[in-house]
Amino acid sequence: MKILVSIKRVADPDNASKLKVSSDGTAVTSEGLEWKMNPFDDWSLEAALRLTENAAEKNARVGEVVLVSIGPNDEHTQRIIREGLAKGAERGILVEADEGNLDASVVSAILKAIVDKESPDLVVMGKQAADGDSNVAGTELAEKLGWPVINSAMKILTSDDGKTLEVKRELDTGVATVKVTGPAVITTSDRILQPDSVQNGVTPDGHQYAKLEVGGRYASLKGIMQAKKKPIDQMSLGDLGVDTAKSLNYKKFELPPARSGQTTFVEDVADLVDKLHNTAKVI
Amino acid sequence: MANVLVVAELLEGKARKTTLCAVTAAKQIAEGTGGSFDILSIGEGAGAAAEELAGYGAGKVLKAEIAGGYTCEKYAATVAEAGKGYDVLVACASAYGKDLLPRVAAKLGAGVASDISEVHTDGGKLSYTRPMYAGNMFGTVEILTDKQVVTVRQSEFEPAASSGGASPSEDVAVQTDPAADKVEFLGVEVVKSERPDLGDADVVVSGGRALKSADNFTNVIEPLVDALGAAMGASRAACDAGYVAPELQVGQTGKVVAPKLYIAIGISGAIQHLAGMKGSKTIVAINKDKEAPIAQVADYFLVADLFDTVPALTEAVKKL
Repeated sequence: MKILVSIKRVADPDNASKLKVSSDGTAVTSEGLEWKMNPFDDWSLEAALRLTENAAEKNARVGEVVLVSIGPNDEHTQRIIREGLAKGAERGILVEADEGNLDASVVSAILKAIVDKESPDLVVMGKQAADGDSNVAGTELAEKLGWPVINSAMKILTSDDGKTLEVKRELDTGVATVKVTGPAVITTSDRILQPDSVQNGVTPDGHQYAKLEVGGRYASLKGIMQAKKKPIDQMSLGDLGVDTAKSLNYKKFELPPARSGQTTFVEDVADLVDKLHNTAKVI
Repeated sequence: MANVLVVAELLEGKARKTTLCAVTAAKQIAEGTGGSFDILSIGEGAGAAAEELAGYGAGKVLKAEIAGGYTCEKYAATVAEAGKGYDVLVACASAYGKDLLPRVAAKLGAGVASDISEVHTDGGKLSYTRPMYAGNMFGTVEILTDKQVVTVRQSEFEPAASSGGASPSEDVAVQTDPAADKVEFLGVEVVKSERPDLGDADVVVSGGRALKSADNFTNVIEPLVDALGAAMGASRAACDAGYVAPELQVGQTGKVVAPKLYIAIGISGAIQHLAGMKGSKTIVAINKDKEAPIAQVADYFLVADLFDTVPALTEAVKKL
């Protein structure tokens, strides 16, 4: 199985409260924040690696994972691709683009061009990027390809021939199970990090991965060494010949209003109930 | 002048309340631009749901009966075809809206403003404010394509009230899509609950990792939830650990809630959790650690062991 995984760099999501707005109000500035792999993409990469390895044989690779990142061709984007390669992906693609010229419709058009070149069996993506929080590009990519999309996948089981997948996806009101015939786009939910989230027909059924709480697996030292030799193809939007007309224009950015008031530390249950009943009048 | 089509969300043959939040946004767009709005009732039971939706002031209610479980591939072509006569398509940014509307948008070549918190119609020109970066930034965006697709954050748009009257209804043809043949809906596990919906409850009580087990959710959190007539929520850690079902997750990737009262019990308050609840009017934290990041947003903080405190709080609430 060959899987394309898109990875985006985002300003450190754990420090997003430190973001600022440029003086003219038209841009977000993340000065002082480290660029990180979008955590949602990190989880997708974990799913893709599980789908293409034998976990019982020291995670021996039995398929191919190709990473694609769209962004400035600089040390930060390259570092994030290398991080994915160190975790186990086979090779990387860096599509050079100014982040200001990207939105979901442009990104999905670029990814379609990559899919047309690479012909993967699956595209596995984060359901959203931690910066834009849009939840759009994966589904738009699927439509542009004429492929099905399974959003918010929490469990992926492959059939014996690998042509169909049984996927559990999270809804607002429960969990749906669908059977999908590839090629397909899958976006993943938080639960894809669960120890039994993937069955690929190679790793023995019932295998339990180590519990991951924050992100995907760590790279091993060996993985980090190997990643240095893995190829990263670099290309421009011109090379791909995609339509780069944006469909969105952000006119203005603002910080959220601060919550009014201070935290009141209450003494005990009686004090809390009194405050909620008589002061805030919410119970 | 923008004419708007609301894409209804049906659950077991009834319109979910999310639909009425989308109606509110559609009315704002229509009224602010001198346009009008219609509603598309689509799915199993679309006819009956269309009757229910006829009382909200829409020009008309379109209906498309599609049997069987939902997949976006089964619905998108019909929504796109019905949407061709409109300037703006609106749905709630629920799991359903976030799944379906981008597929429709790609069919129509339309840009998507997702999960918006505000509609602006300055001088008849539409733009939308939306939370980004887990609610740490608000961007105001205009859509540059001829058609616009918008999903709205449920907690930011009050459900529309019934306005009486009866919008006429009209059948629309169901369109096929080859992609729909690639996905077979096998079933859905729905957790039935008598409690209010997390998305529109007045009070939400959430538990975190510190609960340590599913049993503790049942024995410690649920009595308080029920004493308050609240909805139950949870942090990602509690959902990941399997203490409660994933659809109870509050946060950047789960539900975004803004109740009158939010009680966070044993939740440290990671930035991703705050993204889902910091719009709540009054926030209470019960936590052993007074330095926990939840303090950044809490109005009231009780530094205490939850296992001693929560049962006492439940008893006190019952006596009110």
